[in-house]
Formats: sequence, structure tokens, C-alpha cells
Amino acid sequence: MDRGQALKTTIPEEDYMTSGHIACPGCAAPIAMRYCLKALGEKTIMVVPACCWTIIAGPFPYSSLKVPLLHTAFETTAAAASGVRATLDIKGDAETTVVGWAGDGGTFDIGIQALSGAVERNENIIYICYDNEAYMNTGIQRSSATPWGAWTTTTPAERPEDKPKKDIIEILVAHQIPYTATATVAYPHDLMAKVKKAKGIKGSRFIHILSPCPPGWRMSDELTIKASRLAVQTGIFPLYEVEKGRKYTITVPRKQGVPVAEYLKLQRRFAHLKPEDYDIIQKNVDRAYERLLRKTKQSEIL
Amino acid sequence: MKKILMGNHAVSYGALLSRVEVIAAYPITPQTQVVEKLSEMCAQGKLKARYINVESEHSAMAACIAAEQAGARAFTATSSHGLTLMHELLHWAAGARLPIVMANINRSMAPGWSIWTDQNDSLSQRDTGWLQIYCESSQEVLDSIIQAYKIAEQVLLPVMVLLDAFFLSHTYEPVDIPDQGLVDQFLPKLDYAYKIDIKDPCSFGSLLPPEYYLELRYKMQKAMEEAHDVIIQVDKEYQQMFGRSYGGLVEEYRTEDAELVLVASSTAASTSRMVVDQLRDEGMKVGMLKMRFFRPFPTQEVINALKGVKKVAVIDRNISYGQGGIFCEEIRSVLYNIDQHERPPVFGYIAGLGGRDITPTTIREILSHTLKEDKPKENIIWIGVKR
Ligand SMILES: Cc1ncc(C[n+]2csc(CCOP(=O)(O)OP(=O)(O)O)c2C)c(N)n1
Ligand code: SF4
Ligand SMILES: [Mg+2]
Repeated sequence: MDRGQALKTTIPEEDYMTSGHIACPGCAAPIAMRYCLKALGEKTIMVVPACCWTIIAGPFPYSSLKVPLLHTAFETTAAAASGVRATLDIKGDAETTVVGWAGDGGTFDIGIQALSGAVERNENIIYICYDNEAYMNTGIQRSSATPWGAWTTTTPAERPEDKPKKDIIEILVAHQIPYTATATVAYPHDLMAKVKKAKGIKGSRFIHILSPCPPGWRMSDELTIKASRLAVQTGIFPLYEVEKGRKYTITVPRKQGVPVAEYLKLQRRFAHLKPEDYDIIQKNVDRAYERLLRKTKQSEIL
Repeated sequence: MKKILMGNHAVSYGALLSRVEVIAAYPITPQTQVVEKLSEMCAQGKLKARYINVESEHSAMAACIAAEQAGARAFTATSSHGLTLMHELLHWAAGARLPIVMANINRSMAPGWSIWTDQNDSLSQRDTGWLQIYCESSQEVLDSIIQAYKIAEQVLLPVMVLLDAFFLSHTYEPVDIPDQGLVDQFLPKLDYAYKIDIKDPCSFGSLLPPEYYLELRYKMQKAMEEAHDVIIQVDKEYQQMFGRSYGGLVEEYRTEDAELVLVASSTAASTSRMVVDQLRDEGMKVGMLKMRFFRPFPTQEVINALKGVKKVAVIDRNISYGQGGIFCEEIRSVLYNIDQHERPPVFGYIAGLGGRDITPTTIREILSHTLKEDKPKENIIWIGVKR
């Protein structure tokens, strides 16, 4: 690159999030929010339950967001977003986007009743789950998003998580909502394209963002993007979207020959795993990816 | 054996010693160490309990209710939003007459989010039929969990053990851990008479027409009344076996010849105790009434302690909006029926909501205000409000 030539970024410059937020160093959650807001624009209302983002948003009288933020009780995100949407509708504001923004605990566990209720009604909201695969805000307890084999404070290394991660995307797809997608902060263009696409669709839209958490994953701060990228390349967290509950499209394919061990080895929450455990995980990842491929093929005929 | 324990771990040890059999819990700050320790104890095999990692507090209490109904000693711990999410099931647990014990770390309610202490979470469960014990030290927490099972299993009502967020939950103190053998003698295995039994099929909690409902609620109130003597008896037995007593429902501290009695609960009581000592040294006739139980309400104890004193000052770290401090209002109400000439003016102070510290200076301010005025000018006297 020529000296003196300004570095041009293809990421929009407008920012609706400020610096000075109080996430831990290397946290993917503020990065995810920043990209999402760039894609959503200023006419956005954020509804956030109890989660790390409650803290990241800043204590009174500060806010790290330049859009309205409604804090809500832990189990209520989708119901509260429905309420905001109802008022906008009755007041004739069709332009503003209402976004429920919750962690995995608030989505997979305590908030799933409200989420299922809202998307079954096909509420005109976007629900974004930033998934750091445990209850981080309360100090790293397991959630139903915690992957098999992982250490947390409630699944100690002697008795690590022994159940597979809940397949939240399939649960949402089963509600046959207009749009469901996965994303990570290592692929910002893909992430923003999905958020923009979601914004242009009416009805319930769900975006699932893998959100590395250095303290919770027992990983060095600078590895967040690398871990996010490896999650996609190894296929443990494939990037895809599902339209109308049936049309599956892989947006960034996995990379041949990158074993899942490369992803797991970055994170000390998997440090106690034995080689045969890696094999089990690799087999499960391969099987799930095959299944996903079959779905994309099937949806071509649909 | 003595150990340096945080308040939360004193809860876990209390549950361990009580040999709880089913734990269903959900994490919430500042309760997490209670359940982390318990899940560690289970993982290491120290505690032979089935630990259910539920997906919400609502489910935690529902699971405890069903487990207890099936005949196991059940335990949970929560705080604030977790407790209030359980509200429906708190009525259920008491209505089903299940001797469940739970620890609740007193934390303020949102909005705005606060993880710091006040008592509005538990006091707003006042009418659910749970006994409530407010603790002042980690030792009292551990002892109260064990006492709570003994009381609950006699009167067949659930018990909540309360501790202040951070001031107690996260403070480390030396705690005497009683001998398991002695605890087993004090608290034998649960033998719940009305449990689900495959050999004697019964239905639990069926539709209850108006001909029956009133009688069952009457019996709940009778059980609460009966709990009064049971609490005193259990505390006495505890003293005999373990050498510690908490006075039953309340503790009077230096009230013998007191002209002014300060009423406090939880950690504000331990700070008050210190201030009372200082003021006694300065020649003032002050004493303290520590409210250990809130339910059943210690009506007779309150009357005995406050009848005929010149003035009473109540510190409430809670509020019933539209009325006042909750301890204060209940104290005024029980004093209403005593002779007018023996009835002291009751000054109601609200302080420390949302974790604002109640320091010795705060308590001195409360006492000097009480001494200055003949009668309270307002129903609520707010301490430290920036207006
Ligand atoms: C009813 C209720 N129960 C528990 C809590 C405590 N709590 C606050 S945040 C949190 C964990 C959030 O986990 P997750 O949704 O995964 O978000 P993260 O903190 O990991 O970003 C918990 C358990 C609460 N606020 N309300
Ligand atoms: S604990 Fe994890 S998710 Fe929470 S702010 Fe820190 S890095 Fe982010
Ligand atoms: Mg999480």
C-alpha cells in the first residue's frame, strides 16, 4: 500500500456505539453490537435483559449506545420487544426497528418461553442472541448453550458439560419464521449483510452470534477474532441463514482440513479434554455439517 | 472446627450439614457462591444430593416443591429477581405445607439494575406463608439453616433465611462448623408424612371448593402461630447442643433500663450493637431490639421490649410504597393494642436502600434526631436522601 494513502474501510463509518464501554478486554459482545448498529442505523430501539451487556452499556448516568436502550427483566426480552413494537405500531411508526438483544442464558434458557411466544406470533422484531456459551455476567455458570466437554463453574473439570449444545437455530426454524441466521465478529461483512437483510424483512427475525469471552473461555484477550474465525473454518459454528423456515444457505463455507482441535486448543475451558474427546467432538461437528449441507441441497428442490 | 467462610459459603455448609437431598438452583449475583460450592460438594461426593441445574428460578422452586412432596429434603438459594420470579411458587410451597428451606441474599429490585442490598425482595414475599429469618453474621446464617429445617419440619411451613448482599454474603468471618454427628442427632432424617407414595396413591393440590379452602388457610395461620413456640424451643435445643443461641425470634441488647430503643435487622443490627455500646459509654440509656424473625411476627416480644420505653427508632432498609418502612409499620400496629400511657412514639427511618451503606454515623444521626424530637413529625424520616 502507498504511504500516505488513507486506509479505506468497507465497514460503514457511522457509529452508534461509543468508546468507553466497560466490557472486558477482547470481549466480542461490544464488537457484535457495534457492527449490528452500523447495519441497523439510528432508527433502532434496543431491548436488553440482564446479561453482560447490562454492564457493558454503562452505569447511570452513562450509556455506550447512541440509540434508545430499554433494560428489561432477564426472562422477558422477546415479550418486552413485542411491547415496544406494539406501541410503535399504534403510533404509526413503521420505520423504527425493534431489537431484542440477549445473551445465551437469556435466550436458550430463561427467556425461551417469551421468545417462542413472540416468534410464534411472528412479532415484527429482530432478536439477536450474542452467545458466549455460559452465564458470564454471574461468573461463568453453564447454560444450555455450553458445548459438550466445556468447563464452567457449575460443570467443573472433574464433571465437565456432558450434553450437546442446544440447537437454537433449529428451534427457531421450527417456528417457521421469515429469517434465521448465524454470524461471528470475524466475518463483519457477512454479519452486517445478514442484519441488513433481516432489517428489510417483516416479521420475526433471529440472529445468533457466537461471542467469544476471554475470561469465560479461559483464553487470551487477543484471540477473540481468531477463535471466531476458527469456529467458522472448523465448522463447529457454521455461517448460514434459513429463509421462511425452509431455505438453508451456507454463507461462508467451512475450510477443508482445519481440525476442530485448533479451535478447542485456544481455550483453556477445554484443557482437560483427552485426545479421544477431540475425536468425539470432531465426529459430531462433521456429522452436523453434513446434515446442514443436506438441508441446503434439499432446500434447492423445495 | 473453625473455618474462615464468606456468608454465602456458610449457607452451603448449613445445607451440607442438614444433609439436603435435592437442590434445584439458578445463578444470580450475589448468590452464586452458594450454589457453586454446593455443586462442588456434590461433584466431590461430600454431599449426596441430586443437583438440578434448572433454567430459571421459577423452575427451581417448582422442582423443590415436587421433590419435597416426593419426600426429600429440598434446598435452594436465590436473590432479588430470582426470588420475585418464584413468587407464584412461594405461595404454592407454603400452601402445600412443604418444609422447604431456602436462602435468599437480600438484593434490591430493578429498575435500574442494582446488585446491592435492601430487603424489598423478601419483604414483598410477606404474605406467601414462609417464615423469614434475618441474619447478622455468617455463624448465624449457618446455624439458622440447620434450625430452619428443624422448625419447618415441625410446623410444615417453608422457611427463608436472609442475608444482606455483600455486607454479609461476601464478608469472610470465622465460623464454627458443628460436628456432623451432632447435627444428625439434632436434625434427624426427614420423614414427611404426606409424601407421594406409589403404594398409597393420593392426589395432591386438587381443586378446592369454597367449603374447604378457608379451613386450610386457617390451619396455615395456626401453624404460623404454633411456629412461635417451636422457634424458641429449637433455639434452646440448639444452645444445649452447640452452645449458641439467637434469642429465638428477637434479641434484646442492653434494653434493661433503656429509654430509647433502636430496632434493626440484618447487618444493620450488628452496626447498631456497636453504636449502642459507644453511646452507653457516653452515658446514654439506649438499647437495641434485633428483629430476627419477621414471619411469624414476634408480636409479644416486640410488646415486651418496647412497652413503656420513652422512644423507639426503627431502621428500615425497605419500603412499602404508599405506607412506609415495613418493620416500622408492623411494630406500630402491634403496639396499638397496649395501654396508651405505655405506648412509645415510634420514629420510622428509611435508610440504605439499594446498598447505600448504613454506617455508625448513620445510626448516630438517627438516634440524635430521635432524641431531639418529642414525636415523629412525619410517617417516614428519610436518611441521606439527596433532594
Ligand atoms: C430472574 C433472574 N434470575 C437471575 C438473574 C441473574 N443473572 C443476571 S445476568 C445472568 C446471566 C446472563 O447470562 P447470559 O444471558 O448468557 O448473558 P452473559 O452474561 O453471558 O452475557 C444471570 C443468571 C437475573 N437478573 N434475573
Ligand atoms: S465476562 Fe465475557 S462476555 Fe462478559 S464482558 Fe467480560 S468478556 Fe464480555
Ligand atoms: Mg452468556
